[in-house]
Amino acid sequence: MKVLMFGWEFPPLSSGGLGTACYGLTKSLSKKGVKITFVLPYSFDADNADFVKLVAAGKIKVRKIASALQPYMSSQEYKKSLGKKPEPKIYGSTLFDEVRRYTLAAEKIAEEEDFDIIHCHDWMTFGAGIGAKRKKNKPLVLHVHATELDRTGGHQVNQYVYDLERQGMHKADKIIAVSNFTKNKMMTHYSIPSEKIKVVHNAVDFSQHYYDENFELKKTDKVVLFLGRVTLQKGPDYFVHAAKKVLEHEKNVKFIIAGSGDMEPFIIEKAAELGIADRVLFAGFLNPDDVERAYKMADVYVMPSVSEPFGITALEAMKFKTPSIVSNQSGVSEVIRHCLKTDFWDIDEMSSKIIALLRYNPLHEALKESGYSEVKKFSWDIPADKCIDVYNELISKG
Amino acid sequence: MVSVCFYFQVHQPPRLRKYSVFEIGHHNGYFDEHKNEAIIKKVTHKCYLPTNNLVLDLINKTDGKFKVAYSMTGIVLEQLEKYSPKVIDSFRELVDTGCVEILDETYHHTLSCLYSKEEFMEQVEMHNKKIRHLFNYKPKVFRNTELVYNNDVAALAAKMGYKGILAEGADHILGWRSPNFVYRPKDSSNIKLLLKNYRLSDDIAFRFSEKGWKEFPLTAEKYANWINAINGNGNVVNLFMDYETFGEHQWEDKGIFEFLKHLPHEILKHKDNDFTTPSEAIQKYDAVAELDFPHFVSWADVERDMSAWLGNKMQQEAIKEIYNLEPYVKLSKNPALLDEWRKLQTSDHFYYMCTKWFNDGDVHKYFNPYDSPYEAFITYMNILNDFRIKANKLGEVKVGE
Repeated sequence: MKVLMFGWEFPPLSSGGLGTACYGLTKSLSKKGVKITFVLPYSFDADNADFVKLVAAGKIKVRKIASALQPYMSSQEYKKSLGKKPEPKIYGSTLFDEVRRYTLAAEKIAEEEDFDIIHCHDWMTFGAGIGAKRKKNKPLVLHVHATELDRTGGHQVNQYVYDLERQGMHKADKIIAVSNFTKNKMMTHYSIPSEKIKVVHNAVDFSQHYYDENFELKKTDKVVLFLGRVTLQKGPDYFVHAAKKVLEHEKNVKFIIAGSGDMEPFIIEKAAELGIADRVLFAGFLNPDDVERAYKMADVYVMPSVSEPFGITALEAMKFKTPSIVSNQSGVSEVIRHCLKTDFWDIDEMSSKIIALLRYNPLHEALKESGYSEVKKFSWDIPADKCIDVYNELISKG
Repeated sequence: MVSVCFYFQVHQPPRLRKYSVFEIGHHNGYFDEHKNEAIIKKVTHKCYLPTNNLVLDLINKTDGKFKVAYSMTGIVLEQLEKYSPKVIDSFRELVDTGCVEILDETYHHTLSCLYSKEEFMEQVEMHNKKIRHLFNYKPKVFRNTELVYNNDVAALAAKMGYKGILAEGADHILGWRSPNFVYRPKDSSNIKLLLKNYRLSDDIAFRFSEKGWKEFPLTAEKYANWINAINGNGNVVNLFMDYETFGEHQWEDKGIFEFLKHLPHEILKHKDNDFTTPSEAIQKYDAVAELDFPHFVSWADVERDMSAWLGNKMQQEAIKEIYNLEPYVKLSKNPALLDEWRKLQTSDHFYYMCTKWFNDGDVHKYFNPYDSPYEAFITYMNILNDFRIKANKLGEVKVGE
């Protein structure tokens, strides 16, 4: 089985769950004998040792296209990033020109490569996938990790991106959604019939660099963690409001916000305005080692996302034995039982649960242990098998 | 001769209101009266009234040959008096037939026997009074909450004057022995022991509507044949189950009422069969042997131990803390405080915190008001912390953290 896969990022250079998911999935697929040619934007630089090993072993072939594209990018951010490139003239002058240029390059690669299936991850690759299908007439699988409606929280939806997503979904032979939450979104807002969408929940990679450390901060304080892009979609504002409420009842708690994004200045100001600036720490974007340390340092992980197609971070927190509170508006809440859940807008409930975890040690211990046992069942082999089922089904249909 | 001994458990807990951590110290009400009322009314309609009517009808039609026993907790009776008094009247009518026995248990459906013998005996005494008051009936046989049983519980029951006690016919206690005989608890000569035949009980209580079960659909005729087969190697078949089996756990449209309607007739077709109540069974049959239950056994889950209520740290901590308050609550001499404290002991609160079956989801979720065991624990602990402050004030004693 040969798969032509279009992706956008890989750890450690990834800025979100998309890269983590692509890495886990391709690793497991190749272990199961699927030959993958992975097409990536040029700026991607695979310095992850494990990934390089996969490539070197001939299990995954990487094709790069010179491009300034990055996932989660807005038009403005694209323009800003172009200015920093040494040779900006080779790239498209707008984000959408660049996506078109990328699509044409992808078609060329499709002509050169031999494959049975095309598998695309998220909107920027949908054009490339459609192009490859046009050239070789092979089945197209779209893997939807997030829609424009999630990224924007439903406000100021970019029409171009929405249209591209919708077109891709209608032209695809099968769509993989990372949750029922996302499947329902596609059915409601993109008019996709239920039987065209297969739900394949994400998993978590268990390779890690365990090391124990005595954190200075933990001598005096308990730590509540937010980890994700500081954008509207991830609900950092709800986190800060919950922090305020918790601090009215609990002393010696620090709130850490790890991640960067366009809402960062607003959130910093909000913390100051609420009078809790000294209790909310901004860690910025963290490298994988520091992400691990952050999870281990935390007593409670909170994922207050407004609209979260999956939410791998919740699984990661549980992997590090950190009890999690996740929003009901997330895919991960469909599949995880040993965590606490709340609506993202329910500050009272969110803060009440944070306090419960900080105060009631047996609760903390129970969630730590049972959460860990639960997350161990989330191997990437499960989603990989489901993807292979999808491939086989499409190939047998011809 | 085979005697069929039915005992039905009638119980609904006082469900707690979702109590926020921010309410601690405000002393708001703990119990969700709306939910409790709604559930009582629903169960009245689906189970209590239709089943009571059917049982009465069967007693009349068989000229009193059909007999059953009930154990009703004090707290379900309180709720019925408040929200559904027709059910109390209906039970009175049943008791008046003389074919219905009522058993004693702890008033609040608690696990007090594990934590405070004094409190346990007070609760049993309260229950006894309640039954005498409502039904003008004095129970003679004891069944503990969830059939929690060991040698000590039997000794306590004997000390309190009961002539019989019920327990689970657990394989790991019985070994090669059969549950279909009367036994004697170890070291208690003046009380007899009846053991639940869990296979035949669960055929009705759990498997009745199960399509994948090889005996599905279960008819009264087939079931009576299984009972007949015990003739010659057993005296009494103890069929113990929740009363809500009829109409709630097993639905009317699955035929559970039809099954019950035909069962007495089918069983009485065999001339050596009859129906008996627990008191009659222990009078009629001698104990065949002494049984040693050194450890606690219950009727819950496959383990048939205490793990459904005390299996994890949350449960252990919560129950330990509520019983730690006993001296303070009792010193306060405040009846309202005592009543709340006892209602917080109801075993269901701890059952909802059970994590062992939470992985698969389960039939045990029935009537469970919480989305997860963790929510159950949080609500309980918030209330317990509020209650502790109250006990501190009312008892004017320092209550330890």
